[in-house]
Parts: sequence; structure tokens; C-alpha cells
Amino acid sequence: MSPMNNLWDNRGTPLDRQRFTWRDLVQQPISKLDDDAFTRVRIILLNGLEIDALRLKHVAARFNQELRVPLARLRRVEHYQATMINWLLSADHSPLETTVAYEQVAIEVTAAVAQAEPDPYQAQTYRFGLLEDFDHLYRYSAMLDRLEGKDANNILQGYTDIVPGRPTVDEHRAPEDDVRRPYDRADAQLITKIHANLITAAEYQTHDYYMNIGPLFADPLARQLYAEIASIEEQHVTQYGSLQDPEESLLEKLLIHEATEVYTYYSCVEQETNPRIKAIWERFLDYELGHLAAVSDLFKQYERRDPAEVLGMVIPTPLPFASQREFLRTVLAQEVGLRANGTEYVPKEQESTASQQARVILNADGSPTNTVAAGYRWSPGTELSRSLETSEQGI
Amino acid sequence: MENQTKVGLNRTGMQMSPIAGPDQARFAMSQPANPETGGAEILSAARGAYVQESSRIGSVPVPATGKGLAQTAMGKLKGQNPEVLIDKLGQRLAYERSGVRLYQAMIGKVEAAGHPDQAQLLADLQHICEEELSHFRMLDEAIRSIGGDPTAQTPCADVSAVASMGMIQVITDPRTTVAQSLETMLSVELTDNACWELLIDLTSQAGHDGLVERFRDALENERQHEAMITRWLRDTVLAEAT
Repeated sequence: MSPMNNLWDNRGTPLDRQRFTWRDLVQQPISKLDDDAFTRVRIILLNGLEIDALRLKHVAARFNQELRVPLARLRRVEHYQATMINWLLSADHSPLETTVAYEQVAIEVTAAVAQAEPDPYQAQTYRFGLLEDFDHLYRYSAMLDRLEGKDANNILQGYTDIVPGRPTVDEHRAPEDDVRRPYDRADAQLITKIHANLITAAEYQTHDYYMNIGPLFADPLARQLYAEIASIEEQHVTQYGSLQDPEESLLEKLLIHEATEVYTYYSCVEQETNPRIKAIWERFLDYELGHLAAVSDLFKQYERRDPAEVLGMVIPTPLPFASQREFLRTVLAQEVGLRANGTEYVPKEQESTASQQARVILNADGSPTNTVAAGYRWSPGTELSRSLETSEQGI
Repeated sequence: MENQTKVGLNRTGMQMSPIAGPDQARFAMSQPANPETGGAEILSAARGAYVQESSRIGSVPVPATGKGLAQTAMGKLKGQNPEVLIDKLGQRLAYERSGVRLYQAMIGKVEAAGHPDQAQLLADLQHICEEELSHFRMLDEAIRSIGGDPTAQTPCADVSAVASMGMIQVITDPRTTVAQSLETMLSVELTDNACWELLIDLTSQAGHDGLVERFRDALENERQHEAMITRWLRDTVLAEAT
């Protein structure tokens, strides 16, 4: 695939030639054991992005009579893309193992975004949020060990540390302390807009996933754990969603979302190590270029504006899919004590009273994340592998 | 919790719908199927296509140490597949390790739910749990001794864990009784026994005589576990029935 320097390089595959069969949609999944963890990261991320594309287009259709049919046509393909992508996850992933993978996506992708983000406030927001997803990974890893007897590193493959982040028990905030300052659509760089779309989509997917699978666990502690962490994910969707300028028109948002999809598929094509999966990313990059062309045409038709005003002419540097371990350890050491007060990040003692009160109420019966991870330190092969006296293991 | 089987308002059977039920059945039979021909065997044929095209779950990790590489190479020269042994060792290790967690959950249930002979039941469960932990640690050493990585998830460990997911669900469900949970633990022990027997044969065939002796000790433990759980299940259910 030749490097893409210009979003207008080609118009991709026309929408009416973007076709699927059921057999096509349900392909051989990846191997949980042999495929690189970042292949799984890309699958989860792209599924989240496609589902967010559906979400945005559904909401847009509720506000605009004339766009309903064009949006329905685009959504149909995006739905099938989401199906093919999500079905690449193999069934031997337990729900908790998939959860660990979801948190790896949140951590590594948000960390990569935080480092590439040119707007300092937006970058701070990503750093603030990723320390919370980092803690979620620690809690879920403890649950995986203590409930299923499994080692989360079998999923993480040595790319991501498993230690506490900002304690989840302290992450619960009043709603007004999750709403952030948006970028200004007139000044913000394209990559700022792309980042906000991408991370909002990822967190929305994570929230919905936890809401769906939480009640599938028989263990009441697992049910409580998902209830608590899903609540934080809703906070994150509020946070990241509020980074986007509410003054953007519907079509402008749709245009940016399509550009985000092009950008993300391009990043995945460039770095995918599994050739079979890479072929899917290449196919769908071509489809997305077709979607971008279709939405650009709508933008020109209805807003009488040039899409280049919003998107510019150059595709940003691809998102790196690699371990961000050193950056994460630095952020952990320097910023784990930060809290929020309205739109601002503050030291713990300046946190809003409303958020403190919200926590008193929610944590009144105890904290599932604290209960599940009490005394937990990750070790290779699970905490049972450590050479401790039986009594210390609590057996 | 209620620890006994009771009659109540179970709504799932046809007898709960004496009028609507037969009518529903007659109506279902009066309508054609769609498609009209074929049967459940068609699912098997469709699945068969995937079976023929699919790769396996995954691979056994390449030994990272010189010792492991030498063992694998030696095995290959003898016309054997030492990776089969490593796969099964990994499976046994994972099973014993998750078995500890199952027994921990079971102990918690008995402590909370109670049992007419609670003290003895708890003592037996605790004993089994400790032996599962020692088996896990023994297998960890065994895998390292032949140059393998005990932290890797082998294909059979993965598949076995998928099969065990229902067991975790039963034991950790606060609504399941001690008897229901004991029956699930019996399935755990029956599988464990059968797999230890196979592992011993495999290890013996591969010529690891030192490991075979340790594995035979573990199998003897497992036979006792199976007998204990069988007895507890039987006593608990029969006591409930009288």
C-alpha cells in the first residue's frame, strides 16, 4: 500500500460495490495464543470505531430528514464491517480475558494519543483518563487470577504493566466534574479532532461491553466489579465526548468521523503483522475512503463548503501500536494524585466537594474494586506461583 | 440460604400451561417448517466446512532454554512429538491452579451456607485445596525441569479452561446449593483423575521416569479426592431426600 499523504488521494471503493456474504462475515478468528496482542488491540479498537460510526449516524438521522437514506446506506456497510471485525475474536477468550484486552486497548492507545496530541489540555485529559483505565486493568487482572485461576499476562503478552493506577474507588466523580473544555473547531488541528473521536468511541464500546457482560457472571463479586468499573467508563465517555466542539455541525462531525476511520485503518494497515488480518484492514481502508468520499459529497451539497476546510490535505502520522510502558510509568509517578474540579485538573486537596460526596454515597457499602484486589500483586503464572507459605495465600 | 430442594412455582414445563400448551403444540405442528426439508444434521454439515478450513487453537511455545530445545530436538529424532507432553503438562498445571480457586470458592460457600457436618466437610475441602496447590507447584517445577515455560497457556490448557467455565459459574453462584456445587466438584475430580492417568502414560512413554513417580503420587491424591467428593455428594443428597 503506498503511503497516504493526502486524504483526497483516492475515492476508494464505491458504496454500492462494498458487499459481503454471511460466509465472508464469519471468518476464521485470530489465535488467542499465537497472534500478537496488538492484532487483538486493533480488532477491538476498529470494532469500537465502527459501532461509534453507527451510533453517530443513527443520532444524526433523528435530526435530519434529507440525510436519512444516505446515512442508512453508509450504516449498512459499517454494520457489516463491525460484524466481520468483532467476529475475529475467538471464542476461547473468556469474558474476563476479553475485558483485560479491552483495558489494554484503552491504556496503550490512549497513551499513544496522549503523546501525539498537540493541544496541552486535551493531552492532559488523556493522561488523566488512562491512569484510571490502568487501574481497571489491575482490578480485572486480580479478578481473572482469583476467579478463573488465569494469568492476565497471557493476554497482555508482556506489553503492559499490571499495577494499581488511580484507585477506582477514588475515580467516582460528580457529573459536572467529568465535563471538559472542548477544542475550538476553528483552531484545532485535525489530529486533535481525530483523537477525540477515536478515544470517545473506544470508551463507549468498553462501557457497553461491560454493561452487556456484567450480568453474565454468576459470581456476585464479579457482578459488582463490572458495575463499578462500567460506571467509570460512563464517566470517561462523558469526559472524552466533551472534548469535541459542540458547535460543529452534524455533517462536520460525520466528516471528521469518517476521516478518523480512514486514519485508524491506515495506521492498522501499516503495522499489522498477521497477513490475513492485514488484508481485511486494506479492504476496509478502501471502503472508508469510499465513505469519506460519500460524506464529503453530502458536505459539499448541503453545507456548500469544501471538506478540505475541515480536514486539511495531509493525513496525520499513523498512530503507533506499541507498548507505551515507559511513558505510562512516568505519568503514573507524576500524576496519579490528580483529581478534577469542574473542567480543571487539581491536586487531591482541591477536588470538588460534590465529587467527594458522590463517592461517600456510592462507596457506602464498600468498594468492589478494593475487595477484589485486596493484597494483589501480579506475578508470572498468577499469585499462586509465588513461593509463599500456604497460610499467607489465605488458603 | 436455602440449602434444600423444594417444590415451588417452576413455570418451565408444559404442565404449567394445561390449555394454552397443547394448543400451542398443535398450532406449531400445523404450520410448515421454513425451509420445509432437512433437519439438525444440516448444522453438522455446515460446521464441517469450518472444521476442515480452520487452523488449530494455537501452538505449544518453543522452549526458550537450551535444555528445552535439546529435549525437543531429541524427541523429534526419536520420532516422537515432545510438544504433546508439554501441551498436556501445561493443561494439567492450569487445571490444578484453577482447581485451587474452585475449592476456595467451594469452601466459602460451605462456610456461608452451612452443612449438617460442616466442620468435617470444610476440613476435607481444605485438605483437597492444599493438595491441588502442591500439584500445581510440582507441575511448575516439572515443566521447568524439561526446559518449558510454566507461565505459557498451552492449547490444551486453553481448551480445558473453556470447558471449565461452567464449573466456575456453578460454584460461584450464591444460589446454588452445597449439593449442586459438590456435584460440579465431582465432575472436576473425575476429569482430573482421567487426565492424570493419561499424563502418566505420556510421561512414561517419553522416558521421564523421575516425573512418573511424582505424578503417580499426585494421582493417588486425586483418587482420594474423587472418593471424598463422591461420598460427600452421596451423603448430602440422600440426607436431603429422606
